Amino acid sequence: MQKIISFLQDRSVDGLLSYADQAEAAKCFDRSLSEIEELALTNKILPARYQRNQNSISTQQQLTLFSSTVAVIGCGGLGGYIIEELARLGIGRLIVVDPDIFEEHNLNRQILCTLDQLADKKVAGAVQRVTEINPAVQVHPVAKEFNSRNGMEILNGVTVAADALDTIPARMQLAETCEKLDIPLVHGAIAGWYGTVANQFPGDRTLQQMYGGEEAEKGIETRLGNPSFTPALIASIEVAEIVKILLGTGVPLRNSYLHIDLYHLEVNEIPMNKG
Amino acid sequence: MRVLVKLFANFRAERFKEEFREYPSAITVGEIVSELGIPAPEVGIIFINGRNALLKSSLADGDTLSIFPLVGGG
Repeated sequence: MQKIISFLQDRSVDGLLSYADQAEAAKCFDRSLSEIEELALTNKILPARYQRNQNSISTQQQLTLFSSTVAVIGCGGLGGYIIEELARLGIGRLIVVDPDIFEEHNLNRQILCTLDQLADKKVAGAVQRVTEINPAVQVHPVAKEFNSRNGMEILNGVTVAADALDTIPARMQLAETCEKLDIPLVHGAIAGWYGTVANQFPGDRTLQQMYGGEEAEKGIETRLGNPSFTPALIASIEVAEIVKILLGTGVPLRNSYLHIDLYHLEVNEIPMNKG
Repeated sequence: MRVLVKLFANFRAERFKEEFREYPSAITVGEIVSELGIPAPEVGIIFINGRNALLKSSLADGDTLSIFPLVGGG
């Protein structure tokens, strides 16, 4: 172990380790890129890819992100951008869940969907993208529909879950499972020019309040569709909330939810009754 | 009685952003939604004077009613 640490210390310049040196260390010492990243961060060496995060996310905080597991439930419009941003942030482990394949009507907004990926599993697209961006991130695909029966197993060991689903009953099952497992849930939903974001901390039952009593399967998105800019924006806010929750920093949304209206350019923070 | 009705997102299209409206007493949110031609299944969060309310909730004179659409896509 000390040999690897010495190698990393020798190769680092101003506390930064290049990807080439990280990859060489993995090869020379027969370790995964993930193991090398952990060793570097625990020894206060920052992989150089994160250097432009340094004034927002310290090396110590980067280790916290690396030590975290985030489950992204849904790999479509929201999920694709969430996965992209979490991979670039260096979250150590991602669990990506979606039963579907890419179809032509996904091309208007889903960042993981390319012409080459049509008819492929969305989770396979997620794995490919993460590997292309940041192979130190471990990504576990689950090509299943999330529900309250398989949810406990899927979310086992997860630090934070991201709701990127597209039906209200599935969202409620995710919210219930997160409550049972004491996992914070970051929720986002989109429809046309409009989107919502909320955090459900254990005990808050936020989604129950947002959707409680609704028998509806879907909302106004069935009529309005989803253009590209809405999922990109809502997913980015979800990721910022995930990072704040993982790091215990900043001011996360709590006991209120954001309703964003890009058409009239209005942001409303709407208070919820306390759980 | 007079109720300030505030509509959000696409509910404003061909309606209004906010408007004082006159109603007979003992009207429910659901009746106002129906009068405005909004399909009830599209209604999401409802507030009366900033507190969560339901379609069956009743309005009183001077209340402010806010109606948001149900947003569920991903």
